[in-house]
Amino acid sequence: MNFDLTEERQMLQDSLRRFLSDRYTTSVRNEILESEAGYSADIWGQLAELGVVGALFSEEDGGFGGAGFDISTVFEELGRAGVVEPLLDTALLGGGLIAALGDDSQKELVEEVIGGAVQLAFAHGEPTSRYETSRVETTATVEGAEIILKGQKAVVVNAEAADHLIVSARESGDVDSTDGISLFLVPRDTAGLSMHGYALLAGGRAAEVDLDGVRLPETARLGAAGGAYAAIADVLARAEVALAAETLGAMETATELTRQYLLTRTQFGRPIGTFQALQHRVAELLIELEQARSAVINAAGHLEGDARLRDLNIAAARNLIGRAGRLVAEDSIQMHGGIAMTQEYELAHIAKRIVMAEHRFGDADTQLERFLDLSAA
Amino acid sequence: MDLSYTAEEQAFRQEVRSFLEEKLPKEMSDAVREGRGLGKEGHDRWHAILNEQGWLAPNWPKEFGGCGWNAVQRHIFEEECCRAHAPRIVPFGLSMLAPVLQKFGSKEQQDYYLPKILNGEHWWCQGYSEPGAGSDLASLKTKAVREGDHYIVNGQKTWTTLGQYANWIFCLVRTDPDAKQQEGISFLLIDMDTPGIEVRPIILLDGTHEVNEVWFTDVKVPVENLVGEENKGWTYAKYLLTHERTNIAGVGFSQAGLETVKRLARSQMHKGRPLIDNPYFAARVAQAEIDLMAMSTTNLRIISAAASGQAPGVESSMLKVKGTEIRQEINDLARRAAGVYAMPFASEAVEGGNEPPIGPEGTAPVAAQYFNNRKLSIFGGSNEIQKNIIAKVKMGGRA
Repeated sequence: MNFDLTEERQMLQDSLRRFLSDRYTTSVRNEILESEAGYSADIWGQLAELGVVGALFSEEDGGFGGAGFDISTVFEELGRAGVVEPLLDTALLGGGLIAALGDDSQKELVEEVIGGAVQLAFAHGEPTSRYETSRVETTATVEGAEIILKGQKAVVVNAEAADHLIVSARESGDVDSTDGISLFLVPRDTAGLSMHGYALLAGGRAAEVDLDGVRLPETARLGAAGGAYAAIADVLARAEVALAAETLGAMETATELTRQYLLTRTQFGRPIGTFQALQHRVAELLIELEQARSAVINAAGHLEGDARLRDLNIAAARNLIGRAGRLVAEDSIQMHGGIAMTQEYELAHIAKRIVMAEHRFGDADTQLERFLDLSAA
Repeated sequence: MDLSYTAEEQAFRQEVRSFLEEKLPKEMSDAVREGRGLGKEGHDRWHAILNEQGWLAPNWPKEFGGCGWNAVQRHIFEEECCRAHAPRIVPFGLSMLAPVLQKFGSKEQQDYYLPKILNGEHWWCQGYSEPGAGSDLASLKTKAVREGDHYIVNGQKTWTTLGQYANWIFCLVRTDPDAKQQEGISFLLIDMDTPGIEVRPIILLDGTHEVNEVWFTDVKVPVENLVGEENKGWTYAKYLLTHERTNIAGVGFSQAGLETVKRLARSQMHKGRPLIDNPYFAARVAQAEIDLMAMSTTNLRIISAAASGQAPGVESSMLKVKGTEIRQEINDLARRAAGVYAMPFASEAVEGGNEPPIGPEGTAPVAAQYFNNRKLSIFGGSNEIQKNIIAKVKMGGRA
């Protein structure tokens, strides 16, 4: 047993933490949150330069990491600083799908992603699919040498900034079948593709995407026709590890902000952190934080292994962090009082990151259901 | 024991229901149900409709123009208003200041201010909290120094709800800096148009502008705007806070909120079936409903005791804690029900606006409301302070 980070990952963690604490201050982040783009191209470029994007890809794909613990190391730091830049969408989801399924020419995009030159979005979820990963009603129909996409995609994060969207569509099978789903690489300005963009509560932007007879060449398909689900499941597993780690990082920050605040805020003539009732609540948060840390280690450590065991550990981590995260977010706000209710105070954003993470890829209940299904399997 | 309402009470409920069906504008109830803000005009309009009916001041005695309703009638009214998605009556003038003026104000103050609260000419806000005085309200520092016929007020208030709409503010100010904390405080009425007052918005974490900072720089306030006696303000403040805590259980809000959750869960699909059929989600909703059923009866027990003249003790603190916990749980359920469509930031949906909200009907405001209603356990005496009150009474050193 060894729970230490490797030297490389330790260096990555140190340099990323230093960069973010120097450059990604609360005021910088609040400006980014208010901006039209919803993220900073400047910060993005610097993260890429720092090798943060490359750390999310294997050497085979042109990166220098890509394992579960690389992902958890990077995303825990992003979470600690409340980073809203779309690493999950462009690198893990978009880049990950192209790396998994793309041919050599398509894979050139991965290199550009690692260099920071390209943004991607994964247009998969639909208005009624909720958290179900195989429910795809969007259709792909072959017409001669062309493929025609029809359907709607919901809450596509980073869609407006993306140079290419990776769109899932069904070529065969029932609406919720894992067989028959294909992926297509669609340049954002393709005719027939339109989007309605909006800001997200926890930062960043997303869009409702309409595919009204989008015509693509056959070369736009990633991988074999109807055979994309396994790669989607693999990439979503990586994204869920990332999201769990990111939430853990945000929980660390929330707890630390609360601890510090209680030591300085004075009421009734003494720091409120001297009241035992509040001390116990901070102790509970610290206990839950260690639970969350271990859950992330379990999930990251199983990412490369057997798929059922991987998914079981991911469902466990996401359920635990869903529960513990809500406790940390709500109790941190409560113990701060009114100040934590204000937009400009750091905790407000951090608490939103924690709670809203539950709404990507399944909340605590959905993960519990998934855990039980996998346990019975 | 008899859990049913009397025939008179049932008739009263029917009367209220008919009134709401007839007089509550649909666009207003739609806005409330969809979690959209009303703006000042909306509040003023509903205020005027209720005043016209004579139902604006359920808690005022008849001689001041109130309804003279007992606690059970007030509860029924509240419940029906929530059920019909009527706008909340802005409480600062009607439910907070007015009882203080009725008990401690001079005849002149009663005659001048009370009618203006009813006719909407005065919109009041509350100047209690300060940056350094939250749960420990008595540590407030805003000071008022007597100079001839005026007090000169300097300091800062915060968390002033809807202060951007108000033209008057009632303030706790320190008039004797040397006295023990609670003993040097006075209760002042201040015209917001007086030079030296500045209102600065505070944007909350859901993007709404609901509260403000109010800054006072050498603000001249006529001495006749003092309520009661100088340095006795803490007594009046405490009296006001007991009124702030009536209807603190928010039973009607929770009932309406639970209906919203169920409606959402019927329309949201989970694995091809309505979410309401999913046992994990349904169990959460059922637990909230079970808690609410019991809390509703606790609330009625206390109301019933109050109607027969017993003053509530720690029970109001208990209701504040349990009532806000249930409301927040229901907000959490609504957030969960919305699924991925909880993610869009619905500033349009919350503040009101013409842009159609993102996502299926009813999903747009729920996440913002979840965050906004974290305030419920913070304001009006935080839940920790309520537990201190309960513990002090029940565990205060007596066996």
